[in-house]
Amino acid sequence: MKEKPYVKVAMYALNIIFAIIIIVPVVYCFNVSMMDLKEIYGGKFWPSHLTLENYTRAFQLAPFFTFIKNSLIVSGVITFAQVVTGALAAYAFAMMEFKGKKVLFYIMLATMMIPSQAIIIANYLTIADWGIRNTYAALILPNAAAAFAVFNMRQAFLTLPKEIHEAAEIDGCTNFKFLYTIGVPLIKPSLGALIIYVFLQSWNYYLWPLLVTDSVNMRTVQIGLGMLQGAEATDFRPVMAGAMVILIPSILVFIIGQKQMISGLTAGAVKG
Amino acid sequence: MKSKKSFFRTVEPYLYLVPVMILFILFVFWPFVKTIQLSFARTTPLGQVAQYVGLDNYTNIFTDGTFLNSLVTTLKFSVMRVILSIVIGFILAIISTEKIRAKGFFRTVYALPMAISAAAASVVFMFIFHSSLGILNKVLGTHIGWLTDKKYALIAVTIVSVWMAIGMNFIYLTAAIQSVPSELYESVALDGANFFQKHRHVTIPSISPTLFFLLIINVINSVQAYAEFKMMTQGGPAESTNVIVYEIYQEAFINSRFGVACSESVILFVILIILTALQFRLEKKVTY
Repeated sequence: MKEKPYVKVAMYALNIIFAIIIIVPVVYCFNVSMMDLKEIYGGKFWPSHLTLENYTRAFQLAPFFTFIKNSLIVSGVITFAQVVTGALAAYAFAMMEFKGKKVLFYIMLATMMIPSQAIIIANYLTIADWGIRNTYAALILPNAAAAFAVFNMRQAFLTLPKEIHEAAEIDGCTNFKFLYTIGVPLIKPSLGALIIYVFLQSWNYYLWPLLVTDSVNMRTVQIGLGMLQGAEATDFRPVMAGAMVILIPSILVFIIGQKQMISGLTAGAVKG
Repeated sequence: MKSKKSFFRTVEPYLYLVPVMILFILFVFWPFVKTIQLSFARTTPLGQVAQYVGLDNYTNIFTDGTFLNSLVTTLKFSVMRVILSIVIGFILAIISTEKIRAKGFFRTVYALPMAISAAAASVVFMFIFHSSLGILNKVLGTHIGWLTDKKYALIAVTIVSVWMAIGMNFIYLTAAIQSVPSELYESVALDGANFFQKHRHVTIPSISPTLFFLLIINVINSVQAYAEFKMMTQGGPAESTNVIVYEIYQEAFINSRFGVACSESVILFVILIILTALQFRLEKKVTY
């Protein structure tokens, strides 16, 4: 099918315009993080030189290394936990027959209908009750399992040919051994997608860490950025530098894992 | 020996479900029950039941204008955000599936905001919107307090929220458009359809299940938006951006009225259930 030439030109023009509009906030954030005060007041878009001055300021104003360490630990453990708990449940739902399977599967799906924001107060009260505010456990536990992860991995297990499982069973392979030596390696592509997605999502959590932590030592990067913004009401440059610091890891993870994540996320969704 | 093995075989599947189910019970089902319970109670500042008050919390929130205002604000915000983010995501998906060079680059850019946290996006846009130093006012030659003027605050936050939501819609719509059979396009091309007719008569009907799916997801996400409001406007000015989750947060953690906050949470849950159910009915009526 041949497009008319003016359609083609219009397509290029539109793509370029939209790309610029969408990327401008990120570029501008980087630019401001490099500027001196004069350039800010002059309303410049591009900085005249590159400097790390504002980054040093940001790290002086708030303990960003601690925030980054906390976020890495929390996001890493959440991702690991969701994959482990999810793989076990997904394997049972996809590969095993047992009584009440359907009911249990619906119960699990029902958790997707309960929005996290609607139960966040009760969850906060539980954590406060247990006396574990300001701990990694508080940040991690409520997010250690997710129906999305179970559902996603179940879909992946379902695509495996039944014969593999049967053959392994005849060879005397136990279910658990099959799961971690054969099952999980076979679903690696969609697992990769899930890992990237969950990691990004937990790196970006805001409300929950805000509620269960109030000591500076336990804050995550997102809350830390909010603190920095509160501390620096007049000078935006260190705040932009802080924003760049927390953006760079997620942008890198996104660009590296983009292809996998996109195919993995859309594979399970409605065909259309 | 044999019976022992078969006993294990019967129990084994349930063992695999134990970790997930324990976590769901502790952090989804139990808090859900507790939320409903607390919504009928007056609580101590520590969140324990002081006294059951029947429907008092509910009658209070529906007679006090604050909560009603937050419902209306959430509605306005959600309608704008859902429509804009799906429409823009759709346009981006269309223009980047055309036969053009550097497709991969454009796609990466369009999906990128997905990776950006609400906190980071908020601080960047707070500066862009800044009334005297912000680049937006410089470009427009205006001195509008985008985040401090009642007229503009909600729209400004919506723009940020839309920017963050476009990426996901773009990804799903691109995948859907790519799976439309090319014969359909060839046959309308033979009929002499132009660019717009082609997409109206082939693309949109073919991808409507995905559009429907995105509609649900986007509504659910919009109604639960919080971080951008907390960061950029704290519900102000004059409660003009006091969306429902921010209102719940304020009642619980600023006013320590956990019972009231829980009754608002129950309403939030009911709204989401109704919306989802409505959309499922709608889907059954419309044939694709």
